[in-house]
Order: sequence, then structure tokens, then C-alpha cells
Amino acid sequence: MSTELPESAAPPPTGSGEPFSSVPTRRTFIATSAAVGGAVVAGGAFIALPEEATAAGASPSSRVSLTVNGTRRTVTVDNRTSLLDLLREHLGLTGSKKGCNAGACGACTVLVDGHRVNACLTLAVRLEGTEVTTIEGLADGGELHPLQQAFIDQDAFQCGYCTPGQIVSGVGCVQEGHTGSPEEIREWMSGNICRCGCYVKIVRAVEQTAGRK
Amino acid sequence: MYPFAYTRVSDTREALNAGRRGGRYIAGGTTLVDLMREAVERPETLVDITGLPLGEITVTERGGLRIGALVTMSEAAAHAKVRTLYPVVSEALELSASAQLRNMATIGGNIMQRTRCTYFRDVTADCNKREPGSGCAALHGHNRTHAILGTSDACVATHPSDAAVAFAALEARVHLLGPDGARQVPFVDFLLRPGSTPQREQALRQGELIAAVEIPALPRPLRSGYLKVRDRQSYEFALTSAAVALHVRGGVIRQAKIAAGGVGTVPWKLPAVEQHLVGERPSQALWSAAAAKAADGARPLQHNRFKVELLKRTVERQLRVVGGTK
Repeated sequence: MSTELPESAAPPPTGSGEPFSSVPTRRTFIATSAAVGGAVVAGGAFIALPEEATAAGASPSSRVSLTVNGTRRTVTVDNRTSLLDLLREHLGLTGSKKGCNAGACGACTVLVDGHRVNACLTLAVRLEGTEVTTIEGLADGGELHPLQQAFIDQDAFQCGYCTPGQIVSGVGCVQEGHTGSPEEIREWMSGNICRCGCYVKIVRAVEQTAGRK
Repeated sequence: MYPFAYTRVSDTREALNAGRRGGRYIAGGTTLVDLMREAVERPETLVDITGLPLGEITVTERGGLRIGALVTMSEAAAHAKVRTLYPVVSEALELSASAQLRNMATIGGNIMQRTRCTYFRDVTADCNKREPGSGCAALHGHNRTHAILGTSDACVATHPSDAAVAFAALEARVHLLGPDGARQVPFVDFLLRPGSTPQREQALRQGELIAAVEIPALPRPLRSGYLKVRDRQSYEFALTSAAVALHVRGGVIRQAKIAAGGVGTVPWKLPAVEQHLVGERPSQALWSAAAAKAADGARPLQHNRFKVELLKRTVERQLRVVGGTK
């Protein structure tokens, strides 16, 4: 058992019995996220929620249809909802991370119609008819995307919080062809901050995927 | 974020009608959404203009370049005509923000972006730009990144765009569409110095929409480039920058188009430097003498005195890079 403090007091996620608390612990949170991620990886078998969650109260909301990781979704969202919050809070896709929520860190990077963007600065209501790809949508069935595998091969992360954004951004970087040298990769990956400082290995992972190693 | 209504428009007339009724245009949204989240911006209605036909780059009859307002920064930077005719524009764009933001942000939005002054972005601080008459917390606050040129007692905030510095240098024009028809404004008149009304930042009338930025034809051969100096090597705003374009024929500088960024309340055209260069032969001594005039009229604040010398060196180095040393 871990000696970490807070969650060691929480009940083990046995899957049976009554919950001791309605507040998700780090462990149950991760288990839930993994289950969602697994469903997506299993290949388009994502089961749509019965009625899409709406955050619409008194404030103006809009209906928008978009495709997320190959699955068509129609949602009604408060106009203020960012793509990042739509993914994380409404669709259960918590791979994309909220770092700064201001376009300054890149942890929320996703692809919209094939282009890498900051999901935190993208209003969900503006995405009618678009195709969104998140970290959960990169693997092909049980096979990791080459850049996901490269991150493992190169040991390109420590805490992992920036990693989904790094990988999706790296996919964009490789597609754009800005991988001619380590310097070029560093410049074109500068929109993704890593506080653990794994930049050297992140660059190697992108290089590996671009076929330079 | 305050609640807002959202509407999408598909033609310019529809857009202008919405704009005339007070709707706020949104294109890439990278500045606007960020500032709405900080409650600095509180539009009641967002008018999404990304469906308008303003996304083309075309060569004008006279041989200049017209960049549609909705062309993204990454599209403009990568465009073959921009890269070959005006490298200074490509370079300024690619040294801005991040790949993600450049995929979202547009040329029209880029020149409309608002200052990064931390007091402007902090709704609890005094800021004449955000709250006219409340005072300027930057004047005697943390003003290391603030302007040294074009300032007033009301505001010392810099304009953050790099592309705008290149546009100012090249003497671009802004094409506007409005309820009363189309008009053009010289780029240097489009962005306003703060004076006593720092809340007024552009020469836009109610409901007007940017259609394009047009860069005039310039005599060839033209060499140009952009140098940006900042606290970290990438993904950061400029402390100082220099956009330089030189037309040299027969060993003599015939035209010089130069502007500086990171130092002015608006992109700062440097006519004294330009005039010093025209008619002269390139040399290291000439670059030094011309660049010595780059900070003429500067009014440094307590923490940004270093920008005076840094600006001169930035301009000198970029003159050397673009003009070569003999």
C-alpha cells in the first residue's frame, strides 16, 4: 500500500458495498477516468449518455452538434462553456487537462478539424459541425498512437499532467512537418509547458515519431 | 464569465446589422474569451464572424498583398506569397504566441488584441483603459514590461502584437466595412495612442468590421526580417522587437521601413532611423548611428529604463542581420 496520506483513509474501490462518501477520491476518480478512456479505446463503442448533460440555467444556452473522437454528439450548453469543460464535465473525457485555463500552458490541447488548438479558449457553441480529437481518440483499438508509444519508449514524462496536451500537440507538430531538427521541434512545441522539465525527452519522442530516429 | 447571447452570421450585412446593435465580433477568440473569463470584457452578445468570406490572401493589382481579416496567423505565416514577399510578416507571426494559438487567432483579431498589462487584466486594480478615470496602477507599480514611447499620464500599456509591428513598418492599410460603407485607414492611424482616452484603442466606428490588412507593393529587391527580444526564448511577449525592411540598389539604401515593438503604446514607427539610412551605404557604423536614434523621445518608468538601451541594440542588430555588414 501506498503511504500517501489523504487517500489512504479512503475505502478501497472494491466495486461492492456502499460508498463511504459521495466525494470522489483520487483513486475512484482515476478508476472512473480509466473506464471512460477504455470505452473509447475499445473502438467507437462509447455509450452516449441518455440525455446530454446541460449546464443551462437562466443564462443563454445553445445547441451544438460535433464529432468527438469519431462519435457524433449533440449537446445543449451554456454559451460560456469552453470545449475543455464540455469534454471534461459533460462528456467524461478527462484526458485533456485544465492547467492555466488561459491559453498559457497547452495542457488542454486538442485537435479541431485536424488543427491543434487550446480547448480552454474555444467556446463549445462555436464548434457546430467540427471534428474534435482528444488524447482518448488517438489510439487505434488496442494499439497506441506512435507518439503515445514514443512517450513511453523515451520516458518523456514525470507527473504526467501536461502529457495528454504534449502528445496531442506533438501529433499536430508532426503533421505540420515542423520536426526538421530538435531546435525546430522545441520552437513548435513551445506552447506546451512541462513543469517537471521533461523537454529533452519530449523532443526525442516527437523526433522518434517523425521518423528521424 | 458573465452570461452572453451568441449568434452566428453568414454574410457581412448580417454581421454589420448585429454590430450596429452593439454585438461584439468574435473571430479566433483567443484574447476575447480569455478576458471575458477575467471579467475584463463583458459583451452582452457575441457575433461569430468566422463564416464570413474574409479568409483569402490575394495579390493586389499594384503588386501588394491583401490579407483577409479571418486568415489565421498560421495560415498567413505559412503562405508562399507572404513568405517570399514580406518575410518580416511571416517571422513576426511565427515568433508570436504558440502553434495552438496561431491556429486559432486571426489577422483581424491579432491587431485588435488588447494589452497584456497585468493591471488591465486585474479587475481589482486601477486602470484607465478598463475603467476610465480610475487611475493607472502601472505608472508607479510594477512597470518593467510597460511602454517607454507614446505613453501618457493616463496609460503606459504596450500594444502586444508582433504582426502589427511589421504592418506598421511596411505602412499597411486597414480595410474596414461599416454601416456607411467601406473605407481604408493607414495602419499607423488605426491604432490610437492613449492620450487622455486610453479606453479608445482603435479608429473604429460603431459596428465597423475589419475586412483585410493590405501591405503595399514595395520596390524590389526588398530584404526584411523581425527580431524579438524576450524573457524566454519562445511563447512570450516582446520586451523589445524590431521590424526592418530595406531596399538596397547600387550599394545604396533607397528605402528603409522600420518599426519597433514592446516599447510603445502602439507599434512604434521609427522615421528618424529610416531617414538616417536612406541615401547611405550599408556599414556597421551606419547601423550604429541610425539605431542610436531608435529611442528618441523615450520616457522610461522606474522599472523599464533598460528598454532604452535594449531597443537601440535590438534595432542595430536587426539592421545588421537584414542589411548585412560591410
